[in-house]
Amino acid sequence: MTAIAFPAPDAGVLARREEILAGLAALLPADALITDEDERRAFETDALTAYRRVPLAVALPSTTEEIAAVLKFCYEHGVRVVPRGAGTSLSGGAIPQEDAIVLGVSKMNRVLAIDYANRTARVEAGITNLAISDAVGAEGFFYAPDPSSQLACTIAGNIAMNSGGAHCLKYGVTTNNLLGVTMVLLDGSVVEIGGEHLDAAGYDLLGLVCGSEGQLGVVTEAVVRILPKAEGARPVLLGFDAIETAGACVAAIIAAGIIPVALEFMDRPAIKVCEAFAHAGYPLDVEAMLIIEVEGADAEIDDMLRRIVAIAEPFGPKALKVSQSEAESTAIWKGRKSAFGAMGRIADYLCMDGTIPTGQLPRVLKRISEICAGYGLGVANIFHAGDGNLHPLVLYDINKPGELEKAEAAGADILKLCVEVGGCLTGEHGVGIEKRDLMRHQFDEVDLAQQMRVRGVFDPGWLLNPAKVFPLEGRVAA
Amino acid sequence: MIVHTPTSEEEACTAIAEAIVRRTPLAIVGGSTKDGIGRPVQHAATLTSAAMTGITLYEPAELVVSARAGTSLHELQRTLAAEGQMLAFEPMEHAALLGSDGEATVGGIVAANISGPRRIAAGACRDSLIGLRFVNGRSEVVKSGGRVMKNVTGLDLVKLLAGSWGTLGFVTEATFKVQPCPQRMATIILEGLDDERAITALSAALGSPYEVTGAAHLPANLDDSPARTVLRLEGFSFSVDHRLAALRSLLRPHGEAALMEGEAAETLWRDVRDVRFLAEPRTRAVWRISTAPSRGPALVAAIARVLDARWFFDWGGGLVWLATDAAGDAGAAAIRAAVATAGGHATLVRAPVEVRAAVDVFEPQSAAVQRLTLGIKHAFDPERILEPGRMYAGV
Repeated sequence: MTAIAFPAPDAGVLARREEILAGLAALLPADALITDEDERRAFETDALTAYRRVPLAVALPSTTEEIAAVLKFCYEHGVRVVPRGAGTSLSGGAIPQEDAIVLGVSKMNRVLAIDYANRTARVEAGITNLAISDAVGAEGFFYAPDPSSQLACTIAGNIAMNSGGAHCLKYGVTTNNLLGVTMVLLDGSVVEIGGEHLDAAGYDLLGLVCGSEGQLGVVTEAVVRILPKAEGARPVLLGFDAIETAGACVAAIIAAGIIPVALEFMDRPAIKVCEAFAHAGYPLDVEAMLIIEVEGADAEIDDMLRRIVAIAEPFGPKALKVSQSEAESTAIWKGRKSAFGAMGRIADYLCMDGTIPTGQLPRVLKRISEICAGYGLGVANIFHAGDGNLHPLVLYDINKPGELEKAEAAGADILKLCVEVGGCLTGEHGVGIEKRDLMRHQFDEVDLAQQMRVRGVFDPGWLLNPAKVFPLEGRVAA
Repeated sequence: MIVHTPTSEEEACTAIAEAIVRRTPLAIVGGSTKDGIGRPVQHAATLTSAAMTGITLYEPAELVVSARAGTSLHELQRTLAAEGQMLAFEPMEHAALLGSDGEATVGGIVAANISGPRRIAAGACRDSLIGLRFVNGRSEVVKSGGRVMKNVTGLDLVKLLAGSWGTLGFVTEATFKVQPCPQRMATIILEGLDDERAITALSAALGSPYEVTGAAHLPANLDDSPARTVLRLEGFSFSVDHRLAALRSLLRPHGEAALMEGEAAETLWRDVRDVRFLAEPRTRAVWRISTAPSRGPALVAAIARVLDARWFFDWGGGLVWLATDAAGDAGAAAIRAAVATAGGHATLVRAPVEVRAAVDVFEPQSAAVQRLTLGIKHAFDPERILEPGRMYAGV
């Protein structure tokens, strides 16, 4: 058994299943409603695969109107709804429950309008993150937030989780790149928030919706900012024989007024596994490695990388490799980008997502090693060093009874540590079910109650993605 | 008039608790530079952050700073500048435009979500704001966000508070991510373009990879100068040189761009930021309109057909500042009609109190959004103690 509880299914809803399915069938084309158990099973989990629940039914509408009709029906019949993009959530944000329907937006994947003069794109919410960049790439533009899952994940899911990525140090996360949404509220009403202009009017509902994990409504269309691509980008790779030294080097670079477009950190176990997998030319005799990337024209990149190397030199790097070409850059990034896959070859792992003040890095990494060792588990650390977002991979063996539970316990200890040193539970993956029961470590009752009262404005009956974000005990009604 | 000047969150809670018992609406005040913005509210008392001052955390290497709400903006900026850092969103200061005394505070900048020309490149105040502490209308201290740059833990109440004009809570402390000051700033100026061509030029520049951080157009009717279209580049000197050359070449179809650096350029961008071009005559009403940049010229042309108006553009054309006659509805009907066509929203930033009582100061909302707005107000301030009605009637 795994540790995270789901609410008991509503027996009344389960008993009315046939009636509910008939009601939904009347609202949707036949191919937009999945009721067969084998087909429903494809939606039983997301990327947090340790938890699975087969939903009551799966609705995959093609229009805002169909989504409005489904939500209105569920609202009137007291049926819970779990919105879903591509199901790539690492925190269990899209995992259903037996008494809920899954409402997926994956069929709504068109680009509706691209406006290069105003640097915006209007898209349906089921489009993948990468498809937006692909659609505008030929004109020299891109959509900036770049979560690792960008090939598969949808903009709907990105909005729900306020997704980030490796380049958010310079370009920000979803909330900084979203200008407008069309959103269906639970009662079926459709609201337009923002548009093609900056800074939507009134209360910042756009900012509120970003990261609300599918609990306020279902976004069906979005207007995003598209940005001109940099002329080029190249990284430098630096290896150090102590984690502290790598951390001090990062601080010195930032103190010199340089904000690289990416600043990635890997510890010895992560380097070792990635090198074995990708043959990226990583140094194997260092405790910490930094990949620092800058953008601009070639001459600008040379100038900036020279500055970075000059700053790093007093820290005595044991390895130093300035990329001179596209091929070298690709090799340096290949190891980092394949980290999660490479790790998956040697062990099962839980990918944590806390954020810490960057100055706390040496202390936190030391404690993480101790915590995992205490549970008899290994750990490898990958870290967005510029913004403090830490991804410890807690390694375990699913075939050994009790190891997943140990890994979960170690993960919880790590996240509590992140909060203790002034950070937070989640930097970019979201709370989902995974971190739901840790929320009281970051927030007190007043903070949580304020959030729940705001949530209640949109969904007083806890029908939208109800098992997520807020601890099941002590929930506040609207 | 009672003035509450708490020195701590506890004292702020006490003041709000008292207002709840007496059912007396509170004005929420920092440096009082923006008191004249919003619908007039009948306050029985004032709650000021004046005695809650000081920088509580500053870690330059982590690009993070926290300050109590009453800290003056200038003090915060001086502290950051001493470490070669700045608030990236370049907040506007309203004293010149509104003729107000006093100094802007951290709390006021947050409560009004105030940004400046660099907003196009670095985001608004709300994008730099990573943590808040505030007292809600139930007399409770609430915290949201924190001191780390990436944080998706729970609902983002920080964003809701930014730009809520004191109607949801009394901000007590704010935490921002900050940026290094650029080593060099350079401005290029194109002369004599009409609005349409100017915005086309700005769009070309903003669609280029040269990272323009300011893009404004000052039409000929603004002052005695010919029309000026101005673009700003910032960064390391080497990069600025490279980008200047590339940008001037890109803009050649629009004319030869002149270069401006140093104090004159800094003054120019400060004037754009603080809307000094429209400060006089003081009797005119001033509107702030956010729209899609390419629709800006047609939007002002539609307004100018029916109103006597002067205007300029910031944000590549997406932000229009417009002055018109303050009589009657101060042009509200014509301006809102033009905005409805172009998309966006308009705020009446300066007008006599009787005009602000009679017309919508903030853009009217759809029925569905209005319901959400009322619900959110209720979730923070059920007794409607905090600046009731300043943004919208009933909120």
